[in-house]
Amino acid sequence: MSKSSLKQTLKDLDIKKISIRELNQDYLKRIKENENLNVFIHFSEENVLKQIDNLEKDNSAKKLKGIPIAIKDLFCTKSMPTTAASKILENFNPTYESFVTQKLLDEGSIFVGKTNLDEFAMGSATNTSFFGNTINPLSQENEPLAPGGSSGGSAAAVAADLCLGATGTDTGGSIRQPASFCGVVGIKPTYGLCSRWGIAAFASSLDQAGIFSHNVEDASILLQSIAGFDQRDSTSAKVDIPNYFENLDDDLNGKTVGIPKEYSIDGIPIEISQIWEDAIKVLEKKGVKIKNISLPHTKYALPTYYIIAPAEASSNLARYDGVKYGFRSDEIDSLDEMYENTRAQGFGREVKRRILIGTYVLSAGYYDAYYLKAQKVRKLIADDFNKAFKECDFIVTPTAPSAAFPLNEKQNDPIKMYLNDVFTVPASLAGLPGISIPFGKDKNNLPLGIQILGKHFDEQQVFNAAVSLERSYE
Amino acid sequence: MKIDKNTINKIARLSRIKLDDKESEDYIKDLNSILDWVEQLNEVNTENVEPLSNISSSILPKREDVSNDTNSSEEILENAPDKLEGFFAVPKVVE
Repeated sequence: MSKSSLKQTLKDLDIKKISIRELNQDYLKRIKENENLNVFIHFSEENVLKQIDNLEKDNSAKKLKGIPIAIKDLFCTKSMPTTAASKILENFNPTYESFVTQKLLDEGSIFVGKTNLDEFAMGSATNTSFFGNTINPLSQENEPLAPGGSSGGSAAAVAADLCLGATGTDTGGSIRQPASFCGVVGIKPTYGLCSRWGIAAFASSLDQAGIFSHNVEDASILLQSIAGFDQRDSTSAKVDIPNYFENLDDDLNGKTVGIPKEYSIDGIPIEISQIWEDAIKVLEKKGVKIKNISLPHTKYALPTYYIIAPAEASSNLARYDGVKYGFRSDEIDSLDEMYENTRAQGFGREVKRRILIGTYVLSAGYYDAYYLKAQKVRKLIADDFNKAFKECDFIVTPTAPSAAFPLNEKQNDPIKMYLNDVFTVPASLAGLPGISIPFGKDKNNLPLGIQILGKHFDEQQVFNAAVSLERSYE
Repeated sequence: MKIDKNTINKIARLSRIKLDDKESEDYIKDLNSILDWVEQLNEVNTENVEPLSNISSSILPKREDVSNDTNSSEEILENAPDKLEGFFAVPKVVE
């Protein structure tokens, strides 16, 4: 069966070619057939059927009525547990709904389940989850591949057609890189476009919610649904949200694309340089002016990120202490023992590593040398983009330095793992919107992604460039 | 080596994470290699550069200073591993 798009499904539902129940039963069937992929941390058929029952009784018109959506298990949901893929939140049942999921519920969508991720979104392969690896649906039987991460479950859910769209979060590439690995579309909007309220925090100055979908049109519909101002998130932006879908325009004639020379790095597969060149050629044919730009501080983005993100994480994760919610150790002879054992037993290895490094770079005597230094370099990285965007309308780069790799391949060397984010982290540090779209394959027929970056709150330009490239490739 | 046995113990203590000897060994290795790697930031001249802590390019709006009641204490306590008479309960801290 070919994958239907959200746009087409909305039409089919509208003309009653298919009912909400029939539609969702089709998805339920596929979810059950694909349990071996370990896409969901929480899935309950009963829960989905209950949502269908409720929607059938509801006569009001809703934009996403009956549409099956998968939710990254980092978003708090009242109707399902929320774990952040951590033992420390194993039995956590939020008493409130995140901003983003509430918006989707208000539009009438159906939550098919909570998807797997790297523990607290810390990872690039969905292999640090307490609930086991997710397997990339594009894997051959004898060689399971990683779906990327941290939002690997959501990317895999869309790739295996277990939903019509999924939510993700992106701190340094956690939407764009798995989208690239699984051959789907993934957009991280501008920092501040979607409220972070109700999302388990990793690195608050970087975390941003976004969308996975089968194609760019669907992403434009879904992003509009989850965007908006919310006073409960002090960094939520009060900006007008355009109708991205209605405004989609694949005519790029007269626009200028920036090609950053610093993104040509040694050691990336030839196919990735090739699809990058192909994308540039396609744009040139469409009348886009090609502008070679320089983002001179690009090479410092990863080390900057791996100071700032763990520092913020060490502070954010201090709340998991076995007192208010979640797991508490049995070995609790004193209050300090309780904290130390709860956190030792509740967090996994990568999370502990980041808490420790974050605590170190924030500790007395080291704050200036590491954290403050990183914040200053972050300013230079953001300034590079600001300068570049005076000369171009959007920027095109590869999304990731490789196609999907075998499960566990890079687990033992943290720095090697961190290099996955080399093309996605700079835009995260600058708070810019970025999308990854499938564009070509490698020699093993695995999908590769092209990343398009735009100016702050210029998601429309990002979508326009993406839909234009997508249509040229189809 | 920036991180030795004493330092890792100090950080673990600050983080309230108990580490066994094997873990301490592993984290000493990991943390030193990460800190060596981030050292390259020292190549960058950051004199007179303002640190960037908030990237929101839009002006952050103020809100009306009004009080509101959200969660009830019952809801807040719903997920507590241990509670007692409307409070979170923890091991005894005063003898």
